[in-house]
Amino acid sequence: MRNTKYERIANNHKAPEKRLQNASISFFSGGLMGLFAEGIIQILCMMFGMSRVDSATFMIVFFIFLASLFTAFGFFDKWVTKLKCGLLIPITGFAHSMTSSSMDYKREGFIYGIGSNMFKLAGNVILYGVLSAWFFGMIRYFMGGIG
Amino acid sequence: MTFFYNNVYLDDTATIAGPYEKCGPLYKYFDKTYSDFYFGEKSFEKAEIKLVRDALVMIMKKVGVSKKDIDLVIGGDLLNQIAASTYGCYGVGKSFIGIYGACSSSVLGLIIASNFIGSGIISNSICLVSSHNMTSEKQFRYPTEYGAPRPNSATFTATGAAAAFLTNEETEIRVDCATLGKIIDYEQNDPNDMGRVMAPAAIDTLARHFKDTGRTPKDYDLIVTGDLGLYGKEILKDYMLSSYNIDLGDVYNDCGVMLYDLDRQKEIRAGGSGPVCSALVFYSYIYNQLKSKKMKRVLLLATGALFSPLLLYQKENINSICHAISLEVV
Repeated sequence: MRNTKYERIANNHKAPEKRLQNASISFFSGGLMGLFAEGIIQILCMMFGMSRVDSATFMIVFFIFLASLFTAFGFFDKWVTKLKCGLLIPITGFAHSMTSSSMDYKREGFIYGIGSNMFKLAGNVILYGVLSAWFFGMIRYFMGGIG
Repeated sequence: MTFFYNNVYLDDTATIAGPYEKCGPLYKYFDKTYSDFYFGEKSFEKAEIKLVRDALVMIMKKVGVSKKDIDLVIGGDLLNQIAASTYGCYGVGKSFIGIYGACSSSVLGLIIASNFIGSGIISNSICLVSSHNMTSEKQFRYPTEYGAPRPNSATFTATGAAAAFLTNEETEIRVDCATLGKIIDYEQNDPNDMGRVMAPAAIDTLARHFKDTGRTPKDYDLIVTGDLGLYGKEILKDYMLSSYNIDLGDVYNDCGVMLYDLDRQKEIRAGGSGPVCSALVFYSYIYNQLKSKKMKRVLLLATGALFSPLLLYQKENINSICHAISLEVV
């Protein structure tokens, strides 16, 4: 049963959230990630003579490796608490979700533990990522944008 | 429903606390503390079972009884199939009851044991609860290492195990009366704001307790709720005053707020939660105050969110329940 009086009193005691501050921190941490990524791309392009496309792929693999490694060491979640979602929006969030899910079920074995639970959070991204890619790909195809 | 007892006593308590509770203001009252989440075990679930065993060993040692002397062990925790209690209590006592009342299990266990002892069926009982921050995170929320930002209204599951030894032999502290709660649904559905979910149950049980006993807040030296947290606590105070004209004033506090130093331990957010949250505070600090006669009569309201993540995704509300027990110095 909904109690309107209760709702009114409970709304008077809502926990304050610093949304602007959180959004600003995310904005800057996400931007710093971008800057760091661009730095890696530039280094790979200039020092190893790679194309920009190839160096971007290497940069992404490097980010996945770092996010997984730092999750395994146990401090990536603490960084997210401080630097907010700016740290999760790039590919790092995906890697972090897979590594943390795998770590949680490591004691249940490779099949019932890691294998069954690795995509617990990342499964959403894969499924709906593929579906939306197909959907928007079709729109682009029918609008004659391919080619 | 309120029961009165005249032959149920609290003999002793045992409290085992985890790393965050160890850094809180009540650290000196705990019998044993740990600095990590594994306690030498290989998984968090096994670590929680170790907590239960530690608490059992500690309470038996303090009271001076053996495994065979205990008539009934009552255990509760948050794991699926209340696994920490059922595995941890193996081999102890003549009989065992596993209970699930979410975070209200601590008082629910005390009430069941008191009814058994009060009616003369058994002569003693150990009531035990446990919770582990990491096992709860894994079961109810995200993977333990996943860094999902939490809102300020979120509570933090306490890590520890706490046991109480109830007996029919007279001691300094008597179980005075208890009010069993009922399931409350105020159409709340935010798992990150459990204070708001559980406050209606605490309000209902507290109001019925005062009505059934004819008492007022002045009859108690302290009234504590289990784990409403900073914001749920204020909702309760406000609602009791405006709807029942009962001013709880300075007599009232919340175990989730008392267990941690919320100004310093920012990651705790709104306060502690879990079945052991109320038990850790009650069996350590409050028990100490009663034993030293600094407090004469205390009312503990253990609040529990009857939260099923599965049913929440099926668009059901989160129900809540609250059980109350009053202890007094003889």
